[in-house]
Amino acid sequence: MLSSQDMQEAAAHGRSVKAVYVYEAPVRLWHWVNALAITVLALSGWFIASPLPSQPGEASANFLMGYIRFAHFAAGYMLLVGFLGRLYWAFVGNHHARQLFVLPIFNGTWWKEVVFELRWYLFLERNPKKYVGHNPLAQFSMFTLFLTTTLFMIVTGFALYGEGAQEGSWSHTLFTSWVIPLFGQSQDVHTWHHLGLWVMGLFVLVHVYAAIREDIMSRQSMVSTMLSGWRMFKDDKP
Amino acid sequence: MVETFYEVMRRQGITRRSFLKYCSLTAASLGLGPAFVPRIAHAMETKPRTPVLWLHGLECTCCSESFIRSGHPLAKDAVLSMISLDYDDTIMTAAGHQAEAILKEVMTKYKGNYILAVEGNPPLNQEGMSCIIGGKPFIEQLKHVAKDAKAIISWGSCASWGCVQAAKPNPTQATPVHKVIFDKPIIKVPGCPPIAEVMTGVITYMLTFDRLPELDRQGRPKMFYGQRIHDKCYRRPHFDAGQFAEAWDDEGSRKGYCLYKMGCKGPTTYNACSTVRWNGGVSFPIQSGHGCIGCSEDGFWDKGSFYDRVTDIQQFGVEANADKVGGAALGVVGAAVVAHAAVSAIKQSKNKSGNDQ
Ligand code: HEM
Ligand code: HEM
Ligand code: SF4
Ligand code: SF4
Repeated sequence: MLSSQDMQEAAAHGRSVKAVYVYEAPVRLWHWVNALAITVLALSGWFIASPLPSQPGEASANFLMGYIRFAHFAAGYMLLVGFLGRLYWAFVGNHHARQLFVLPIFNGTWWKEVVFELRWYLFLERNPKKYVGHNPLAQFSMFTLFLTTTLFMIVTGFALYGEGAQEGSWSHTLFTSWVIPLFGQSQDVHTWHHLGLWVMGLFVLVHVYAAIREDIMSRQSMVSTMLSGWRMFKDDKP
Repeated sequence: MVETFYEVMRRQGITRRSFLKYCSLTAASLGLGPAFVPRIAHAMETKPRTPVLWLHGLECTCCSESFIRSGHPLAKDAVLSMISLDYDDTIMTAAGHQAEAILKEVMTKYKGNYILAVEGNPPLNQEGMSCIIGGKPFIEQLKHVAKDAKAIISWGSCASWGCVQAAKPNPTQATPVHKVIFDKPIIKVPGCPPIAEVMTGVITYMLTFDRLPELDRQGRPKMFYGQRIHDKCYRRPHFDAGQFAEAWDDEGSRKGYCLYKMGCKGPTTYNACSTVRWNGGVSFPIQSGHGCIGCSEDGFWDKGSFYDRVTDIQQFGVEANADKVGGAALGVVGAAVVAHAAVSAIKQSKNKSGNDQ
């Protein structure tokens, strides 16, 4: 599987191949499920911290905060399960599936490419390069901003969840029992978890902008690649 | 032979019937089933009273004030029958050399068998001069008495976490007990003050079962600190319904809505207030209309306003909360994205009209 993939890539970097299959179905499915989960988490998280105006009527007739929290926790589980699935796919999928998890930090050329992409975004390079997988800068930000933040949110989120689920629950045993003492107390975990919302927001803002911009300005397809899996190149030049 | 609890109680004219009642009440307040009543009774009939030495460091005496108001068991029973409170410089009659002599006597006679209860904490700066007991820095007395103790109880948030005297910038370097004593089991009973029944409950448990109550990772007895105020709060239905007080004098306040938006720290505070309550179960802060301030949590005095839900972050040096920091960052990056998009559009159109990429 790998070798054929590599052959295709070699060909793409060479001349005439116009399309390469990069993102397999599980990766694409995960991408959109994950994007949905994070959108729900960000919105519901915001309203957990700053609740909506009071509901009229008896307490027994309302459950607004309960539903908002339920949405948050359900999406939280979706994020976790999706993440585990994605991690599994990094082992069994094609080598693009691993890009999210490993930065080739000892590879000098890779760093050069990161700098090249930076210069491209800073309008210092006239023409963009072609990439089959993620471009190196995108990979860098996905690892540093997305991957670490997601892990952080899962760990702190389930630590907070375990407080409500209480001792004996899996989330309490696995997370709450050490995360709360590590931060000192629950209020700190809330504060840092809350900051995570903004870091994630930053990633999404830049990511969606870059994806659309690259779709228009680079020499390959972007958004449709995350939908169909096929990377289309717009020209034959190397 | 030292008298047992039971002998002391009988001597005080307490009937066996009352004694057994007392045992079942104690079992109930410790959250134990009826099967434990005979065990408590047996322990009290056979075990000699345990000597307790109660030291006072930098503190405000609110723990002592709370303790003497215990209703189940009565503080009187705890002090006179269950333990033998041999040294407590605040409430003992002896003073000066006489008092210090008792300390010495208990320490030698019951070496390794007495319980050390600490209220307050030692300041370490200026060689400990900010708290002098019997002519010496408190830290010396603390280390000296801790040496031969069976176990240590850290009363209140002072001994457990540092409390207000350790608030930034902590000029005297007030330091909680577990950061100066490392070789003894330490039970933290935090709160400012801790609930009276929690204090006597912890003592009763230790004496009847001859072991420490089960502690959580941070050294607090699970039976009293296993849940948050929020988990058992009677205003919780209003929280789940999304009904909040938004000002101290609004309709929501009058209707007894949840105090979350007024900065209630119940969701992040481990204590028994919402179940055991205060002053013999009469009320507790939230029932009286004020949010929990998180008095039993580490660093509660340094975590921003008692009246904010999203509290300030001290790490950044400036007063700002997560929303202000994050909002500012998002604003800056958002503006950068817009500017970048504009330049990109110009470049794209130039490329199009120019050499066609
Ligand atoms: C909450 C929102 C989102 C998050 C957290 C997110 C996250 C990610 C991550 C982690 C990857 C890397 C995938 C991998 O290597 O497995 C990725 C790739 C990608 N995403 Fe998103 N995404 C979000 C929304 C969007 C949206 C709205 C779009 C479309 C406009 C989009 C377009 C893309 C594209 C085109 C790629 C592939 C980039 C490339 O080929 O280098 N994403 N996204
Ligand atoms: C990108 C991911 C996430 C974002 C943006 C997010 C956002 C937030 C925000 C803003 C809050 C309010 C914090 C505060 O008290 O100020 C919150 C609370 C919380 N989050 Fe998340 N969260 C995420 C992931 C998770 C996950 C994976 C879980 C695990 C189930 C989780 C569980 C919780 C819990 C239990 C609370 C506290 C609820 C309460 O106090 O009633 N979160 N989240
Ligand atoms: S008043 Fe405080 S402890 Fe009670 S439900 Fe509201 S937030 Fe929770
Ligand atoms: S309600 Fe909160 S602040 Fe008040 S005594 Fe209990 S733990 Fe302390």
